[in-house]
Amino acid sequence: MSADALPGIDKLATGIPGFDAIARGGLPEGRTTLVAGTPGSAKTVFAGQFLAAGIQRDDTPGVFVTCEEAPADLRRNFGAFGWSMADWEADGRWTFVDVSPDPDEETVEAGSYDLGALVARIEHAVERSGARRLAIDSLGAMFSRFPDTRQVRRDLFRIASRLKALGVTAVMTAERETEYGPVARHGVEEFVADNVVILRNILENETRRRTLEILKFRGTQHQKGEYPFTILPEGGLIAIPLSAMELTQHSTDVRTTSGNDELDRMCGGGFYRDSIVLVSGATGTGKTLMATEFTAGGLAAGERCMLFAFEESREQLMRNARGWNVDYAPAEGAGNLAIRCDYPEAAGLEDHLVRIKQEIDRFRPDRVALDSLTALERVASPRGFREFVISLTSFIKERQIAGLFTASTPSLMGGASVTEAHISTLTDSIIVLRYVEMRGRVHRGLAVLKMRGAGHDAGIRCFNIDDRGMHIGQRFSGVEGILEGHPVHVQQGDEDT
Amino acid sequence: MAQEYLLRLYVTGQTARSARALANLQAICEEELQGRYRIEVIDVLENPERGENERIVATPTLIRELPPPIRRIIGDLSDRDEVLHGLELVSPGQRESLQ
Repeated sequence: MSADALPGIDKLATGIPGFDAIARGGLPEGRTTLVAGTPGSAKTVFAGQFLAAGIQRDDTPGVFVTCEEAPADLRRNFGAFGWSMADWEADGRWTFVDVSPDPDEETVEAGSYDLGALVARIEHAVERSGARRLAIDSLGAMFSRFPDTRQVRRDLFRIASRLKALGVTAVMTAERETEYGPVARHGVEEFVADNVVILRNILENETRRRTLEILKFRGTQHQKGEYPFTILPEGGLIAIPLSAMELTQHSTDVRTTSGNDELDRMCGGGFYRDSIVLVSGATGTGKTLMATEFTAGGLAAGERCMLFAFEESREQLMRNARGWNVDYAPAEGAGNLAIRCDYPEAAGLEDHLVRIKQEIDRFRPDRVALDSLTALERVASPRGFREFVISLTSFIKERQIAGLFTASTPSLMGGASVTEAHISTLTDSIIVLRYVEMRGRVHRGLAVLKMRGAGHDAGIRCFNIDDRGMHIGQRFSGVEGILEGHPVHVQQGDEDT
Repeated sequence: MAQEYLLRLYVTGQTARSARALANLQAICEEELQGRYRIEVIDVLENPERGENERIVATPTLIRELPPPIRRIIGDLSDRDEVLHGLELVSPGQRESLQ
């Protein structure tokens, strides 16, 4: 038993990707969890996936009580995620309890009533199918259909107690009016108050962002705060547990080549195999070249490489590489190299993240280059971008893959990039590329700013680029202020060489 | 005007509310539909499948199976006017003059 679990309440691993890490194991077993969200926040998908994941994991039967949408609509919507609804229903692993209103039938109210029939039907469905999981979607529909809210509340409480007695783990969805307001409408949190998950669909800097937050799990632990999630057309909801993943990282001392011998020497023998290197510089300073050499160096050492390009087309990328005496075609043909070019605007950042992860897990590379982060930053909010980088770096390190990301600085001559400021603490090493103006000429300078746990050459070295790639030369001497973009000539002799 | 009425009353268990609904229904039928109605009582606790097929949510639920169209009334049928209206035993005009 982990230190997280308190005696008394076990967790049920839902199988919803990413969710169980955030929930520290899953939903409280044998309890009801309220899943609240505004319209369009993916409550129904969450509810459906809770059952689908149970079936896919270990054939756990489930019951889906639908109060709003007709089962026929849900079969179609859920089927689109690749869930075998027809098979599951046929062999009793999925049971619908249809409580959706019939639009053609008018119901007249004549006196007092309760939802006894609903309670009976749910119990019957659970007992007949042996269901261990149940979802009710949504409570709000029950309240708008039956005006006696006190009675509805009482009956829903009865349902929650019955489910507890039957040992069923349940999810009930409820509507919210605002993203940051009361937990749910109709005071439903009063009877399923123990466990609450909030789904949000926020408009932030003109970008839609979905997040999931566990508000409370009574008597048991969970991660705090909002976590991004996305919905994949082929699999449903996938949550992105950020800090939950950071904890599991370990680091090796195995070195691997940067693709440039002199740079290897500057870094004290190459990059670390499970480290992330950020290459930052203005346009044209040689970032894409470094990504190219990093990739070519890996291929030459017999490693599998992946290159994610968000700034250039495939043709342009191949042409650039050939211009530096690197030919990608043979390695790609041999299956040792995978190149993915994509427009940043083609998807939301969460979707890019999930795709990149999937591609990496499919191809299983030894090293990954991404050019550039700045292009991706355009399609995200600052917070969303930071989460993206945290998630991607921990993912790559977990698999002991070497990563190299590039970032562009806005000004030609120096200064930190926005990207750099956001993520410099997340990467193991930072290499800056700068234009240096000296005596009426523009030179290029390179410095290793940070190298995880190792000594490195702290000098700012000049380099040039030709048709064989990057050539790193001597230190700039007698110049200060290169990194800030304001080189100032100083007296020789007072250096700490 | 000798139309047969088939009325099914869905209840959950032998509760006071169930009994009240049946008594109210019988009284109304005796007055309005003498000799041309049939009442079936279905306990959803004993016959959950039938509750499922008819998609019963609230109980008591009264369903007028005949004559068509099907009509649904929920509650213990203590609101006589609403029951008459639900069973279409009063025309809208009549209904207004009653009020």
